[in-house]
Amino acid sequence: MLVYEKNALSEEIELLVEKYGVDRSSLLQILQDVQRKHNHISDFAQQEIARLLSIHPVEVNSVISFYSFLHSQPQGRNSIKLCQTISCDMAGKQKIEDALTRELGISFGETTKDKKYTLEHTNCMGMCDQGPAMLINDKVFTRLDPEKAVNILKEVE
Amino acid sequence: MENNLDNNKKRTGPVLFSKYTRGEGIKKALAMPREDVLFELKSSGLKGRGGAGFPTSTKWMLVAASTASKKFIVCNADEGEPGTFKDRVLLMEYPELVFDGMVIAGYTIGAKTGIVYLRGEYEYLLLQLEEYLMKMRDDNLLGKNILSKEGFDFDISIRLGSGAYVCGEETALIESLEGHRGEPRNRPPYPVNTGYLGFPTVVNNVETLASVPHIMQKGGDWFRLIGTDKSTGSKLLSISGDCEKPGVYEIPWGTTITELLQFVGAQNTKAVQVGGASGICIPKRNFDRHLAYEDIATGGSIIIFNESRDMLHVLQNFMEFFVEESCGQCTPCRIGNTKLLEGVKMIRSGEFTFSYINALKDLGKSMQVASKCGLGQSSPNAFISILENFKDEIFFHNGYGRK
Repeated sequence: MLVYEKNALSEEIELLVEKYGVDRSSLLQILQDVQRKHNHISDFAQQEIARLLSIHPVEVNSVISFYSFLHSQPQGRNSIKLCQTISCDMAGKQKIEDALTRELGISFGETTKDKKYTLEHTNCMGMCDQGPAMLINDKVFTRLDPEKAVNILKEVE
Repeated sequence: MENNLDNNKKRTGPVLFSKYTRGEGIKKALAMPREDVLFELKSSGLKGRGGAGFPTSTKWMLVAASTASKKFIVCNADEGEPGTFKDRVLLMEYPELVFDGMVIAGYTIGAKTGIVYLRGEYEYLLLQLEEYLMKMRDDNLLGKNILSKEGFDFDISIRLGSGAYVCGEETALIESLEGHRGEPRNRPPYPVNTGYLGFPTVVNNVETLASVPHIMQKGGDWFRLIGTDKSTGSKLLSISGDCEKPGVYEIPWGTTITELLQFVGAQNTKAVQVGGASGICIPKRNFDRHLAYEDIATGGSIIIFNESRDMLHVLQNFMEFFVEESCGQCTPCRIGNTKLLEGVKMIRSGEFTFSYINALKDLGKSMQVASKCGLGQSSPNAFISILENFKDEIFFHNGYGRK
């Protein structure tokens, strides 16, 4: 990481800490914002957050490792989360899964080389009556069929 | 690229899916002393809609009686139970019920702050909910001296989860709000004594709070008339699986599974999973049982399986879910769920002994008593009930029992 990038990130985190308050209870909100913008929370970012909240960096790391939406390793710009729970499974999740892996050439849990997509499973996301369903970033897509799912991929940046 | 959300609201009822004007319930409550609000709530018999069924009035009373300097009301919108989506529909279509319920709770227990813990998967609702809160502030339904009631200040903020099922457990939810890993705490002390930041906190399900404004408006006695003696009012069910009309239904408590299957248009039904992955699997011979706290209690998740479904596959899906979502802090849940999943895979490959499977059922029963929170206490339910009720199918007809 270059020095000016580090400075920019520090500044950004300082602003976030100011926005949510210098308190442990702000941690999750700060992490969510950093994750949203940078697609992961780097070691340096974790250290900065820990410093500003006066907690140990390993505390920050342990929180990141707990929540499935937070990552310490770089993820793709678009996170694709396919629901794997029973109702979506019965509605044909496996076909969608096969189509997505074929189309992107990666398996679930991996990121494409151009860092455009990360493919993940997620548990029930409350679309059970209109499955199979997937989330792309914070948008939800329902009643998928393999072709539709792949076409949706093409539309994201 | 547009969201094509369909709320699939299939059956409306007298309480939750009915007409209500923003602020009416608050107006009614603010005209009463706090004791009367509690009395009205008590006479309604409203119980927690998340599934556990704790009387709401008792919870509120415990916090109202506390003399702590700060108190909190938290709305649990972390619906993660497989097969549940009613809170999403409530928040999208009836935010006035949920937020008015929180304001009434704030008034009654003496809290100045309300927090909505919205699951990360529902981030797309955030903007419209924030906008709605702004409208409420414009109407003086939030903020200082609400509806000119001297000294009643209350505001609501929304916090997002980050994809952890266990955070729906109230103490884990509080841990998460405090910026920690969402690991459940020992109870007692209960959140009503030591909750968010150590202050008395009421944690209520979205649907529980949404019932409150109607009770204020029409009275506890009116609410009692709906449902059964022990389960008053109506309940939202999220129905998915093998049926013609999946969606959200408002039903009075006491409805039987047979009735339910009729109006959702389910045919050739083999089994119904009530209460999601942590609930129980009801086989055909028990379809005359009632949905009520005194018979089959449920948070509202109903998943229907027809004759073509492989119940072992269903069970494996549930166990994979629990292995993934167990927070890992207590051994019965962390190791137990892994062992149960292994057992399911053994059955699938035909490499098992009945004595080992029976030992796993005993392990499940130990987990039900030894786990720290509801997740581990309820995760063996599916394992035990599916293997008991469908043993012919699993062990003999599908050939899993034969190598």
